[in-house]
Amino acid sequence: MNTNITSAGPPAEGGNTFLVSLGRLAVSIFIPLAAFAVLWAGFIFLRDSNAPQTIIALVAIIWGVGGVALLFWVTDYVVNRMPVVVAKKIQPFVFVGPAIAILAWYLFIPTMRSLYLSFFGPQSTNFVGLRNYIYAFTDSRMLEAFRNNLLWIILGTGGAVGFGLIIALLADRAKGEKFFKSLIFMPMAISFVGAGVIWRFIYAYKPLGEAQIGILNAIVTLFGGEPQAWFTIRGLNNVFLIVILVWLQTGYAMVIISAALKGVPSAIIEAGRIDGASELRVIRSIIIPFIAGTLVTVSTTIIILSLKIFDIVFTMTNGNYGTEVIASMQYKQMFRFYDYGRGSAIAIVLVIAVIPVMWYNLRQFSKREGF
Amino acid sequence: MAGTHKQSRWTYLLVLILLVIVIIWSVPIFGLLVSSVRPRDQVMSTGWWRALDSEEGFTLDNYRQVLGGSDQTFVNASGETVRASGDNLTQAFINSLTVTIPSVIIPILIAAAAAFGFAWLEFPGRKFFFTLVVAILVVPLQIALIPILRDYQTLGLTGSYLGIWLAHTGFGLPLAIYLLYNYISTIPKDIFESAFLDGARPMVVFARLVLPLSVPAIASLAIFQFLWVWNDLLVALVFLGGTNDVAVLTQKLASMVGSRGQDWHLLTAGAFVTMVIPLGVFFSLQRYFVKGLMAGSVKG
Repeated sequence: MNTNITSAGPPAEGGNTFLVSLGRLAVSIFIPLAAFAVLWAGFIFLRDSNAPQTIIALVAIIWGVGGVALLFWVTDYVVNRMPVVVAKKIQPFVFVGPAIAILAWYLFIPTMRSLYLSFFGPQSTNFVGLRNYIYAFTDSRMLEAFRNNLLWIILGTGGAVGFGLIIALLADRAKGEKFFKSLIFMPMAISFVGAGVIWRFIYAYKPLGEAQIGILNAIVTLFGGEPQAWFTIRGLNNVFLIVILVWLQTGYAMVIISAALKGVPSAIIEAGRIDGASELRVIRSIIIPFIAGTLVTVSTTIIILSLKIFDIVFTMTNGNYGTEVIASMQYKQMFRFYDYGRGSAIAIVLVIAVIPVMWYNLRQFSKREGF
Repeated sequence: MAGTHKQSRWTYLLVLILLVIVIIWSVPIFGLLVSSVRPRDQVMSTGWWRALDSEEGFTLDNYRQVLGGSDQTFVNASGETVRASGDNLTQAFINSLTVTIPSVIIPILIAAAAAFGFAWLEFPGRKFFFTLVVAILVVPLQIALIPILRDYQTLGLTGSYLGIWLAHTGFGLPLAIYLLYNYISTIPKDIFESAFLDGARPMVVFARLVLPLSVPAIASLAIFQFLWVWNDLLVALVFLGGTNDVAVLTQKLASMVGSRGQDWHLLTAGAFVTMVIPLGVFFSLQRYFVKGLMAGSVKG
């Protein structure tokens, strides 16, 4: 880092401190200005340029990443030009300041703003009191969304954690553990949209008599059944969507649970076996209680994920045939009906739903030492 | 386990059960991959599991069409020749990279600096601000969509890369700060003390000591954030909008599902294009990814 300003400012001459500090001042103003000029030029280029996509992308990446590094460096530079007492006070905020500012803009303040907007009409101009909340808790589509989200939470979490636990227990006792786990884990890398396409193909439907190209209907017709358009079967179609989440998240549950299993002292397990307990008994009475904390953590994570589920529903059914969920309703209020009041009220409902988890996290945190 | 007869039979049974589960889990991806390299009329008329029955073999035409945007002609059911326009996922692929790379690096830089500040510098409000970070960990990002969308409309940031980088930065920061704090606060104190005694400024300590020492944690976090941003649909839909020149892969794929819901030869190829990079990252860096998961199973 460049602290040697003599290369940029006038060299210090005996006693002529006034000129020196003037030079220092000029430099410390010039450097931030130059930095901002560079960033601004990059911004204008990115906004107006007709250069090929690849070049714009490259410039955008360099500009974005370099810009952040430059900003850190420049603020640090400026702070170090200040009197030592002031600099010491400001110094920590060079580090935490940007994060706090961004969090404030993107999460803290929006929570308040959404709460405020939720009491206003579609255009946020007229006060409507609790009407948006009355809508959120009484409208038939919203009620359907709540019911479906509950289904997502129960079946999605139950399925992923259940399968994750079973597979982790099996793999723990088998050869080739790594191979099996790696394949189960693989869907974690796939987007909800990609998984949506994969499963749409599995559920694909052709009328009776034509060759089925979806594997599910092929199996059904193989056993003499009639092919089904799975997504239009009300009620059950939610389950077909939830299967996708289970497929994606089982790997996550398995990996975490599997790590917890390695932490169960083998001496206790051996003792149980020597006492003649069956393997199932050992699992139920020794292993499960031991990893209970992990099971709770994994379940919480997947519950929160199911609560916010959006992409799968959006790409697969767009909420039709009775598959609406809370997040898809919120998106529709924003972009189809342009009702910011209702959209905000639904977002607030989502936040209220995670408050217990938030409270638990805070309690765990305040127990921690060193803070 | 000791290798008695009974136990080894059990082991075979276990492996068999696991094999069945793994096959069920892999079939969806395998079917996708096979279908993406089958000729159009084959995909439409027979199941992918019968791919080897046909004599037409395999083709890369589907990929040519979704990537290159090259038009394809084919004869449809009623005997007419039809031209289908391509989808040009190449552009969306570059867009995805443009969105993702800064959306991974920027939050990690800012979070590392903040984590260092919270862990090793004294300032008023330290505990208060960090408590806020912990509280916000599980808050659904839906809460921010409307207010931030309005700000972006005022600032002219909708549909801009800068806008979506900042959004991903904002939504990724809580977890990033939390994870990096957990790591950076465990760096032995002596390392800092000797550096500060030598008169090094905090920024120098951060750049020369903290960042290099935090590489394992940063790697885990980077993979996590990478998969999250690359696979994201909602944030892109809201802040990038639907215009073609900035749309990312997930948006393109979602709109393909809408416009070509039955063109399975294209949908399967398109889906595979969106999955290539995350799967590559996943298989090459799985170890770091698992570590990141372990440390951060709390994201909101």
